[in-house]
Amino acid sequence: MTTNVQPIVSDEAYDVEAIRKQFPILKEQIRGKKLVYLDNAATCHKPQVVIDAISNFYSHDYSNVHRGVHTLSERATKKYEDARKKVQQFINAESSDEIVFLRGTTEAINLVAQTFGKANIGEGDEVLITAMEHHSNIVPWQMLCKESGAVLKVAPINEKGELIFDQFEALISDRTKLVSVVHMSNALGTVNPVKKIIDLAHAKNIPVMLDGAQAIPHLAVDVQELDCDFYAFSGHKLYAPSGIGALYVKREILEKMPPWQGGGDMIRTVTFEKSEYNSIPYRFEAGTPNIVDTVALGTALDFVSEIGIEAIAKHEQALLDYATEKALKIEGMRLIGTAEDKGAILSFVLDKVHPHDIGTMLDHCGIAVRAGHHCAMPVMDFFEVPATARASFAMYNTFEEIDILMDGIENLIEVFG
Amino acid sequence: MFEDLRDLYQEVIFDHNRNPRNFREMEDSNRKVEGFNPLCGDRMTLFLKVEGGIIQDASFQGSGCAISTASASLMTEIVKGMTEKEADEQFEILHKITTSEDEVENLEELGKLAVLAGVREYPARVKCATLPWHTLSAAIENKEASVSTE
Ligand SMILES: Cc1ncc(COP(=O)(O)O)c(C=O)c1O
Repeated sequence: MTTNVQPIVSDEAYDVEAIRKQFPILKEQIRGKKLVYLDNAATCHKPQVVIDAISNFYSHDYSNVHRGVHTLSERATKKYEDARKKVQQFINAESSDEIVFLRGTTEAINLVAQTFGKANIGEGDEVLITAMEHHSNIVPWQMLCKESGAVLKVAPINEKGELIFDQFEALISDRTKLVSVVHMSNALGTVNPVKKIIDLAHAKNIPVMLDGAQAIPHLAVDVQELDCDFYAFSGHKLYAPSGIGALYVKREILEKMPPWQGGGDMIRTVTFEKSEYNSIPYRFEAGTPNIVDTVALGTALDFVSEIGIEAIAKHEQALLDYATEKALKIEGMRLIGTAEDKGAILSFVLDKVHPHDIGTMLDHCGIAVRAGHHCAMPVMDFFEVPATARASFAMYNTFEEIDILMDGIENLIEVFG
Repeated sequence: MFEDLRDLYQEVIFDHNRNPRNFREMEDSNRKVEGFNPLCGDRMTLFLKVEGGIIQDASFQGSGCAISTASASLMTEIVKGMTEKEADEQFEILHKITTSEDEVENLEELGKLAVLAGVREYPARVKCATLPWHTLSAAIENKEASVSTE
């Protein structure tokens, strides 16, 4: 009953079966069916090497970091700092001092709003975002604006879910103190023209922050080439554990940023009269950090780099093209987000079936998709839908899984009739 | 393909989803409450006409999944003619069937609500079934505000 679309072989050298073997969870049965995991934009699964990195570290290397002369502390510190270098290389930052470890994208954006934002954005100033932001790139700015009297400006999107660039440009004013945009949208898949945005903002001396939560597992990111001032991402969407992420900040900005949380590690000397703060990036990492997951993030980056982000991107793009072509042939299925430049996300609604029912029904076929507003309620409002269903792809997904998804969708349309 | 889902998506649910009963705005209502499930974006408006402690009429509007639409549709049918206290008791029954760990012994006694018993296997969907009833509860307490399942 499926429409006849030939799978495109993404790359002869790309061995998806070999990749799948490295992810133990993919062997799980869900409600008696083989798991088809298509909720990767929410979070993706972990390869054995990452799982092992956690238990190996606890078994052999664990100790606190930056605060001991004993062997284990030195070993733990080295591995922790090696992970910082791996992040630096992965996004091609100039120096590892520009990498701050945090819980994830959300914490990174909040840090920027509360430190850089409070120091540089005052009454009547403006922060410019887009209409396709995740709540985590809206709410921290709203909080800052409320405190400081600054104004949040929102650049509109068109019906394909693309930023309307002219209007974005028109919203830049003398009062714009920061532009913060999503690199790739989680609700629509849209990849923003970030280089163009950065060049435009920089011509007016406005710094630019990129929310890289979705882009990082799908696109090669080079912060020096982009010339962005801030870049935030989460490890858990990049095959690393949850609870660890990183914020890149250009050195000259990071050095001037006031500290955020106070405590151990972020200071050099403390007396009751005053404390002298530590150098970057430690000034922004108060307290004992998430040591083990940071080390495992380093392992995940090695794993991704070995396969090659370009090869992964090519495979995922082929999956997306295949899925899109099939989806367009299904009557009553409407894609939300049809940007020209789009990553591995297929957001959709069905005429007669609510996304929540789609989610439950597909779960019964072993298929995990997300149903909801994807933490992007303004995007839902724009498309006048309460929610969408979303299939999102990762390095380990296959064309066969897309066939299973589309068969499931056709079947449930029939059942709901 | 979806055979084992029949517990959740019973024919009655499909029927109420396709043709929701009392799906209309009520001109002469004296209670009107908005219900919202922020988790899925479902919204409903419940209209009641309460006179002398009796629910004379109940209707709803809004957009939701099959479970919440069917639950709202059923609810408006069930509570019409009931006292406010009786309606509250029905909510308690629903609460019991959707969340209790124990086997529901006598489905017969539950009356029409029994068709919603399937959601207990789907914890993420319980709120879909209870949203209309939370909204009703607020209307009974005469809260004009909006309620949310969170
Ligand atoms: C575009 C985008 N930004 C930010 C976030 C927030 O990331 P986290 O929850 O890991 O902090 C997400 C995650 O869903 C996202 O997709």
